[in-house]
Amino acid sequence: MSDDNVERAMRSDAPPTTAVHQRDVAKEAAEARGWDEAAVVGRTVLINRPRAELYAFWRDFRNLATFMENVESVTPGDGRTSHWVIKAPAGKTVEWDSILVEDIEGELIAWESAEGADVKNTGRIEFRDNTAGRGTELSATIVYDPPAGEIGKLIAKLFQKEPKIQARRELRRFKQLMETGEVSTSEAPFAAPRGGSHAKG
Amino acid sequence: MRALTWHGKHDVRMETVDDPQIVNPRDAIIRITSTAICGSDLHLYDSYIPTLHKGDILGHEFMGEVVETGPGSTLQTGQRVVVPFVIACGKCFFCEKQQFAACDNSNPAEKADMSEVLYGQAMTGAFGYSHLTGGYAGGQAEYVRVPYSDVGPIVIPDGLEDDKVLFLSDILPTGWMAAENCQIEPGDTVAVWGCGPVGLFAIQSAFLQGAHRVIAIDHYPHRLELAKSMGAEILNYHDVKVRESLMEMTAGIGPDAVIDAVGMESHGFTIDNILDAVKTTTKLGTDRTHVLREVILACRKGGRVSIPGVYGGMADKFPIGALMEKGLSVKTGQTHVQKYLRPLLEMIGEGKVDTTFLISHRLPLERAPEGYKMFKEQQNEVTKVVLKPDWQKEAA
Repeated sequence: MSDDNVERAMRSDAPPTTAVHQRDVAKEAAEARGWDEAAVVGRTVLINRPRAELYAFWRDFRNLATFMENVESVTPGDGRTSHWVIKAPAGKTVEWDSILVEDIEGELIAWESAEGADVKNTGRIEFRDNTAGRGTELSATIVYDPPAGEIGKLIAKLFQKEPKIQARRELRRFKQLMETGEVSTSEAPFAAPRGGSHAKG
Repeated sequence: MRALTWHGKHDVRMETVDDPQIVNPRDAIIRITSTAICGSDLHLYDSYIPTLHKGDILGHEFMGEVVETGPGSTLQTGQRVVVPFVIACGKCFFCEKQQFAACDNSNPAEKADMSEVLYGQAMTGAFGYSHLTGGYAGGQAEYVRVPYSDVGPIVIPDGLEDDKVLFLSDILPTGWMAAENCQIEPGDTVAVWGCGPVGLFAIQSAFLQGAHRVIAIDHYPHRLELAKSMGAEILNYHDVKVRESLMEMTAGIGPDAVIDAVGMESHGFTIDNILDAVKTTTKLGTDRTHVLREVILACRKGGRVSIPGVYGGMADKFPIGALMEKGLSVKTGQTHVQKYLRPLLEMIGEGKVDTTFLISHRLPLERAPEGYKMFKEQQNEVTKVVLKPDWQKEAA
């Protein structure tokens, strides 16, 4: 039954993350990876910059912290590994290693979390030229295993609540940074002064 | 610095807050010399706009002197500038099409979610108008931070005083675009509902764009007088039946183009309106779209409908049959201010456009709360309040 749903969705010319039956898509994603469970998030954005430039910025993983809200740092290690430090509530951090599993210059970056990660996750960032010449289409697909246990609860709070919202915010910031050279902000007090509890008397 | 902040329904205050700072490369800081209270500010004042927080600085019509610039700004310290109420990055797909009010980047990522859910895509950032449009601090203050300052602000030449150019920030281009959306042809009669600032500027613009006749509709005698002084024929809807009048005055044809410069706000832009479509089917809902229904029914067959008036939610009893069967075209939207600044500034310089007639009151910024109260309570006499941060509190 679930296979039918996914199969039927695939007959439309849209990515599987738009399928009506998302639970079936998630189930299939879990089975394909040998996980108990999976959640799938996908989003495509048009960015008015050349494909090569976007790929190069993303591929230098140290740059990710400049637009990903919860990422404190990403440190490239030996070869295909990079070390991620994620901000968690109450000043804590969560860390894991990520392995680059596919890398096609100007087209594709795909990763998987290393063995023992607190949140098992895989992701693909695809870069395509817009066929009408409007710039680059970036598609992000993230599949992750909702974690269990105490640390799991903490992380779940961070990621699971609205992973889709988190993903679209990160991509909006990436688009802002690439197109305008900066990330739009109205953060109090200096980007946008406020009165009330912020007032100076 | 001193700033006008919102605290709740009919509760705006002057407070001392932090000075804004340059936080991004393309920012500039402007010292405000003139700022106006907009009709749409009254709906913040009436507490009808959702996502406004206590302490938010209001104001989206302002101008001033550049006092500080980021490395990516093209402005220079000491320049006088008028700042568009819409914040646009100048680089995205929309900005490149000059659809600045559709800029995809100026609304901060964490603020953009709500309008994406409400409208299908996220709204553009704007100054001093709730967190739906970005949570940016407004210009009813001594200073303001202007993001993407290389795109929006227009430099004003010496010799043009503030009162002549201040309304480039919003209502003048909004009236101009409202007329442009009518795609006026020689011989056209344009009917304008609402003789507030936008309606009055739309009348002026319609004549400049070649309208043969303009018919203005309102119920405030003073505002109708202003419309008449600009050459419009007038209808007071308390005294005459509007649709019948329009048919009589156009010999059974109807106006070629119609402008709804009232919008939903006059009857309330409430949170239920946005978040709960069901509530728009109550009697409040039918009132709200009254003008929109009327413009569609009054417009001639094959005519054009321009909607600068603000709507925020869902419409009930929308005359879709009249719209389709009469073959009407509809154009609407927040104003692409940046696109119109240069030509309008030229027209002001040449004396073709006058905006000063609108200003009925000038007050020191410190008396802004009083300005809100009188703008709200005396709509016939108070057509526009301009606030001057440089003036002493006691000045009149």
